[in-house]
Formats: sequence, structure tokens, C-alpha cells
Amino acid sequence: MTWDIALILSVDGVAGAAIYLLAGLGLVLVFSVTRVIFVPFGDIAVFSALTLAYLEAGRWPPTIALVAVLAAITAVKEVVAHLRHGRVAKVPAALGTWLGLPLLACVPAQLLAGQELPPLVDIALTLALVLPIVPLMARLVFHPIAHASTLVLLIASLVMHFLMSGLGLLFFGPEGFRTQPLMRGAVELAPGFLVSAQVLLMVGAAAVLAGLFFLAFERTLVGKALRATAVNRTGAQLVGIRPASTAALTYCAVSLLAGFVGILIAPSTTMYYDSGLIIGLKAFVAAIIGGLSSYPLTALGALAVGMLESFASFWDGALKDVIVFSLLIPALMIRSHFSHHSDDDVEEEEV
Amino acid sequence: MTSTLKRRLGLLVVMAALASVPLLFGSFTVSLFNDIGMATLVVLGLVLLSGVAGITSFGHAAFVGIAAYATAWLNTQFALSPWLALPCALAVTALCAVLIGALTLRLGGHYLPLSTIAWGLSVPLLFGNLTMLGRHSGISDIAPLSVAGRDLMSAEAAFYVVWIMVGLVGLFCHHLLNSRMGRAIRAVRGGDVLLSSVGANSFHVRLMLFVFSAVLAALSGWLYAHVNRFVSPAPFSLHAGIDYMFMMVVGGMGQLVGAVAGATIVLALKNVLQDVLPLVSQHAAQIQAVVFAALFILLLQNARGGVLSLVSRVLPRRPVSPAAASTEPASEPLERRTMPTKGAALLSVDAVVKRFKGLVAVNEVGFEVRAGEMVGLIGPNGAGKSTMFNLITGTLGLTAGRVEFLGEDITRRSQREIALMGMGRTFQHVKLRPNMSVLDNVALGAHARGRCGMLRGGLALDREEERRIYDEARRQIARIGLTGQELEAAGSMPLGTQRLIEIARALASDPLLLILDEPAAGLRKPEKTALAELLRRLREEGVTIMIVEHDMDFVMKLVDRLVVMNFGTKLFDGAPQEARADKGVRAAYLGDAA
Repeated sequence: MTWDIALILSVDGVAGAAIYLLAGLGLVLVFSVTRVIFVPFGDIAVFSALTLAYLEAGRWPPTIALVAVLAAITAVKEVVAHLRHGRVAKVPAALGTWLGLPLLACVPAQLLAGQELPPLVDIALTLALVLPIVPLMARLVFHPIAHASTLVLLIASLVMHFLMSGLGLLFFGPEGFRTQPLMRGAVELAPGFLVSAQVLLMVGAAAVLAGLFFLAFERTLVGKALRATAVNRTGAQLVGIRPASTAALTYCAVSLLAGFVGILIAPSTTMYYDSGLIIGLKAFVAAIIGGLSSYPLTALGALAVGMLESFASFWDGALKDVIVFSLLIPALMIRSHFSHHSDDDVEEEEV
Repeated sequence: MTSTLKRRLGLLVVMAALASVPLLFGSFTVSLFNDIGMATLVVLGLVLLSGVAGITSFGHAAFVGIAAYATAWLNTQFALSPWLALPCALAVTALCAVLIGALTLRLGGHYLPLSTIAWGLSVPLLFGNLTMLGRHSGISDIAPLSVAGRDLMSAEAAFYVVWIMVGLVGLFCHHLLNSRMGRAIRAVRGGDVLLSSVGANSFHVRLMLFVFSAVLAALSGWLYAHVNRFVSPAPFSLHAGIDYMFMMVVGGMGQLVGAVAGATIVLALKNVLQDVLPLVSQHAAQIQAVVFAALFILLLQNARGGVLSLVSRVLPRRPVSPAAASTEPASEPLERRTMPTKGAALLSVDAVVKRFKGLVAVNEVGFEVRAGEMVGLIGPNGAGKSTMFNLITGTLGLTAGRVEFLGEDITRRSQREIALMGMGRTFQHVKLRPNMSVLDNVALGAHARGRCGMLRGGLALDREEERRIYDEARRQIARIGLTGQELEAAGSMPLGTQRLIEIARALASDPLLLILDEPAAGLRKPEKTALAELLRRLREEGVTIMIVEHDMDFVMKLVDRLVVMNFGTKLFDGAPQEARADKGVRAAYLGDAA
């Protein structure tokens, strides 16, 4: 390996790290607010990437049908639940929230799909389409078991990944897609050191998003409510924060993050319906390095995962995923060494 | 007809029905039964690991794969006979499980399940990329099993091997659950502190259990390789791991019989869907995955007890192990510790300090407990009593000072080591296993007085020791006056009774010092009276007792000596009557104006 190659690999690694950083932030966010390990994160990113690919090709994105089906199921479930308890007055609101809003997000895409559109419009349509998916799925899957043990939630989350990838295959088909790079050309950062503009865009976008994320958390009231829920759910409830609405907000935020991840990754990697799990799991490796709670450490973990993946793919392309997962071993050893068994008092409920 | 007889008869009928399967059905159905049997082996391990002990693994399909590939490789490369390859395959898998378990089982919460996902993905990827293992095309032409020189080529022949193994493993698991280690396994969900308090090593119990369940998966993998005579990476994917988990949940998680039920239902359903869906849609395979995932989620939401919870009313009640059922006394009781002479110093606490960051919870407190006396440690809320309790029992580490028990320095010893020396404790928030019987809960207390491990337990070679343990448990239950209610679930008892059961559990460990954490908290008046009577009786029998309490009334009338704490410091040490007269104590309890 020469220095040139190492440099190129490092650039790739940083680009990958940008992706894992965003995904890792999303995972840590969901986990801290809802206790759900959100395995299907990558699947949503895949949906986003495939939607963008369909829109670019001037085809009607099946995402619209997916969202409509999910919204219909959720709405029926909510309405039936309300009627059963005799809360007829709440039916219109439920219909508006669970059917109206998601369909509203589909309207622009339905109207504009099939035409030659500027890339930024395609991206906006994609994000709008992806936005309702996680809140709807979470309402269907996690809401009824919100008080179950974390392990039940984890099982449900993993099963949800298989559900999502099955739906992905059903709606998008088995072929893989790659989207147009958003920026072409390269920038010479140092004499003889060219970096493609797309990579710069990925890293820049990730940095900006992560920054916004940080600001939203630290500076806004909503962000503080989310943090309060993460620290102490009962305490947050006592001061008037509704866990159900913080959860809904979190899922919207995660949907958007996953949407961005899909859009950023799609020009450089061919995405298939089942590419999501590996992306999600690598982000988990990063999040585990951050102890599933620290955002800065997660960023560091993302960098480690991105770099290792890039160099591993040079060494052995087929086994690069195994090599990245093996990063878990030192990460867990360090965790295990410093763990204080703080969860001793938490008695696991009988499932 | 007694229920044991009914069960035996039922079992015979099931066995006869199973034995006739190859005679009644075609090869296709028999193969399906073989698949069910092999899956059952894996799910039995998962029932113990996840259902009973609450440790989730999504990666057991990888263990099946490791064993299958190991035996396939040994068989095709070195022509090693399947029976000789069996121990190798089991050993390789067990080794992998030890490594993974040692890394992850110490960590609480999600680290284990998440890393099982990672290795569940990695192992099949490795299989698919190693030239030595035939890459994605796998290994074929594996020798079939042979018994007495005859090759078992057909599905019908393999059927009996598979199901005899299922029967033997099921029996082993059943015995294991009802053994000394089984009680510890059933108590794993109660937390490390509970297990340490009875002298069990929680990490060791979980690691052994993890390895055991991996070995069962390996057995299934070995069978798979020699029954199908072909291995490839696909059947050992993460997806298969989820399927095993699905079978366990369908079957009812904590139930051994549920393993068979779950495997049967899931595999039969898969088979039916494979036949029906192509008639409905051209996307049959995709729909099947979606249908299965949706069913699993519905099951988690609506019937986490699985099918067994739906039919459990019809099934006869879970039998009690023979050792627990017999009231016939054992030939000799469990060994007892030698009691220290009355009046000798048992516990001495010297200038103990505990700081939580800036807060000094306990500040230079010292006192002694002598053999045969009953000492009360009291103080208003926030006085540092519970911290003191945790420092003595080793649940917390102390910042400075020294604690001696039986003349030995226990300042740096772990909770478990201290429990093993003969310090029995109860918990402020009762830590009984609600679904275990009163008898089993108390027998758990005698854990450290037994020797039999998982192997002897599973093979039912522990009967004599079990009888002695249950004898002891029954004696302690009689001591707290609950004779006749041994087989009730502990969780169904009122709080006062549960506190008494905790005392019985502590007594079953034959403690030299019994230390009680707020035993009267939350009790009604008659319950307090009953508790006080029990404690008096125990003192008369020579048990040394230390009570940490904030109910002054309760302790005053009971103890020989009082230690009063307030704001982390010791206020008073002496006879209860003198405490009443002490100005400092009165100020602490009633305010300065008094």
C-alpha cells in the first residue's frame, strides 16, 4: 500500500464515517427517548435512496403506495380503538393525524412524479415521502408494547427490519439502484490531492446536520423535553411532557435523518432492498463505542467504523463487513472493563 | 388416577404416536418432522437462555452453522466418522460460545443481543467466503449417520435418531430446571445482587447456560449436516436465528414443551404458506417474509405467553421435582457451620466513610456486633442506614475505613464472598422470584451449601443432595410458620409473608449473622407483630441478628442494643432505654424543640 492509496482510502473512510455519524446519532436518539434499539434505521435509508432513484428516472415511486397502505392500516387501527372505548369525538383527529398528514406528504410527489425535475426538488419530494414512514411503523409496532421490557422491544425492532425489507422487496423489486451524484467534478485540496465534490458534499452535509441536531437538542425547548424524557421518563411526565408525543417527534426526526442518509449514500453505493441492515448495524457499532448514550463518542466511533471499512475493503472486499463487526470486540472489552453494573437494580419483567 | 400417572400415560401416547410417524406418512412429511426435531433442539436451549433466564440471543443459528460446518469439514477432509466428529463439533461451538459469552455477558442490557446480531451476520458471511469451506456452494457429500454398521440414508431412518435426541435433551433440560443450578438459572432475572446474596456467581451461571444452549444448537447442527448431507451458508443466517426466536415466543418462552409446540407450528405454517401463497400471488416468497414478520409482531403485542398460555388450563399442572415432592427426610442434613461462641465479636465496623462525589453519606461510623445479640441500626430518613447496610454486605465499595467479619478483613471483598462467609441478608424491596414456589425460593438460599453442577443436575444424579436441600428449606419454612404453603407461588403471598420468606431464604444459607434491611417497611400491625415474634424466637435459638430500620417503635421493643445514625454520623450506641433518654436521639427524631 502506498501513501496515495492510503490517502484515497482515508477519504473514502471519512465519507463513510459521515454516513455512520448521521445514522449513529439517529440510533442514539431513538434509544435514549424510547428505549427502542432501532434496527430498521438502514431500511428507511434504503427506502429513501430507492425513492430518489425512481424519481430521478422519471418513474412513479412505489413509496407513495407504501405510505398510503401504512397510513390506512394505522388509521383503521386507531379509529377502531377509539370506537371501542366510545371516544367518537376523537375519531376525526385520529383520521387527520394518521391518514390525513401522511397522505398530504404524498400529494406533491403524486403530482410531480414522472416529470423531469431539478435534483433539489427530487430530494425534497423524497424526504417528504420518507418522513411519515417511521412514525407510522412505530405507531403500529412499538406503541402497543411501549411498556414492555427492552428485550421485547429489541425483538420487535429486529422483526420490524425483516418486515421492512420484505416490504421493500415487494414495493421496489429486487434490482439495485444508484442515483446521480449531486455534485460532479473534484476539488484539489492540496497539490496533487483531489477529492471529489460529492465526498465533500457528504461530509459537509453530515457536519451541518449533526450541528443542527446538536443545536436543536441544546438550545430549543423541544430538544430539552426530549433530553428530559431520555434522562427520566416518569420525571418528564410529571412536569407535563407526554412520552407519546416526544416519541412521535423522535420518530419524525429519525425518519428525516434516515432520509438524508439514503440520499447521501445512494450516489456512491448501489442500494438494494436488503442493504439496510448492514448500514444500520455498522452505525450500531459506532453507537456502541459511544455506549449508546454519548453523541461525541458516537462520532468518534463512526470515524473508526468508516476508516476500518474503507481499509478493510481494500484488503478483502468480501469480508469487510466481518472485519468492521470485529471492531465490536475491543469496544465491548473496554465497555466491560469500565462498566459499573449500574443496571443491577433494574429487575427484568417476566415476558 | 393421580396427575403423575396421567402425565406418564400422556407421554407414552405421544411417544407411540411419534414412533408411528415414519410408518404412516411419506418421506416429505417425515423430513418435515426431522426439521421440526432439529429446530426443537435449538429452541430448547433458547427457552432456557432467553425464556427462563432472560438473555436474548439472535445468533444461535450461527452456532448451528459452526457445528454443521465443523463436522462436514472433518468428515469430508479426513473421513472422520460422524460419531467421532460429534465431540469435535460440540467442542468448537462451545469454545466460540465461551469467547462470545465472556466478552458480552458481563455487560448488562443490549450489548449481548446486539453483538449476537453482529456475529449472526458475520459467521455465515465467513462460511460464504472461505475457500476451505466451499464458499457459497457449501460442502456436499457428507457421510450419513450410521448405527451398528448400517447407514441411515433415508429420512425415515434419521427420524428416530433425531427424535430420540430430542427426547433425551428435553429430559436433561427438565431435570436441569429442577436442580440446584436450575434454581439459580430461574433466579437470573432477579439480578446479580440476589444471586450474590445466596453465594451464587451470576456471571458464571449465565456463561454456563449460554454455553449449554450453544451446545444444544451444535447438536442440532451436527444432525443437520449428516441428515441433509449438505451444508451451505443460507440456513445459518441471521434470518434463521430470528426464526428460532419466533418458535420460542410462539411456544410460550419459558416452557420446555413450548419448544416442540413452537417449532411444529412455525415450520408447519411455513410449509402451508409455501403451498398456498404461490396460488394467490406471484410474489409468494416476498409475501411470506412479510406475513411472518407481521405475525411475529402481532404475537409480541397480543400473546407474549405463546400458545401454551392459551392451552395451559387444559394441561396438567407443572409437576414438582421428586426431591421437592417427597416429605421423607434425607438420610443426613446439610452440613452446618460452627457457631462462634456467644459474646465473641462477629462484625466490627471501624471508622467507615462513604462519599458519593461531594456528598458524605456515611462519615466515620464504627460499631460492633457480638455473637448471639440482636442489634438495631436506626435513624431518620437519609441518615445513611441503607448505605451502611450496603457497605457491610459488600454491595457498595467504601471510601475509607475497615469492616471485619469473623475476625477477617472484608473491606475489599465482593458481595458474594461475604455471603459465602456466612452473612445472610434480606432486601428492602423484596427480591423473591414471584413465579417460583415458596419452597424453591427458600431452597435457592441453600445454593452455596450444595455442590452439584449442571451436568449432575441434568442427569438427575443430584437426588440425594436435592433431598437434603429441600429438607433444609422445609425446616426453614416451618420456622417462619408457613408449613403447608410450600408449593404456592411466592408472588401470590402478601408482602408481610414475602418478607418472612426472605428471612427463611437467608436462614437456609446457615448464616452466622443475619442482616435485615428495613424488614418492617410497609407491613401492617399484625404482620409486624408476627415478624417481631419470629425475630425473638430466632434470637433464642442463637442466631445473631442486625436490623436496619427506621421504625423506631418496632426496633425499640426488640433489640438488645441500638446504634442510632443521623446525617451519616453515629449519634448513639447503647441500650434501647438509654436511647430514649438521649438528647441527641430525641432531637434527631422529634426536632430540636423536643
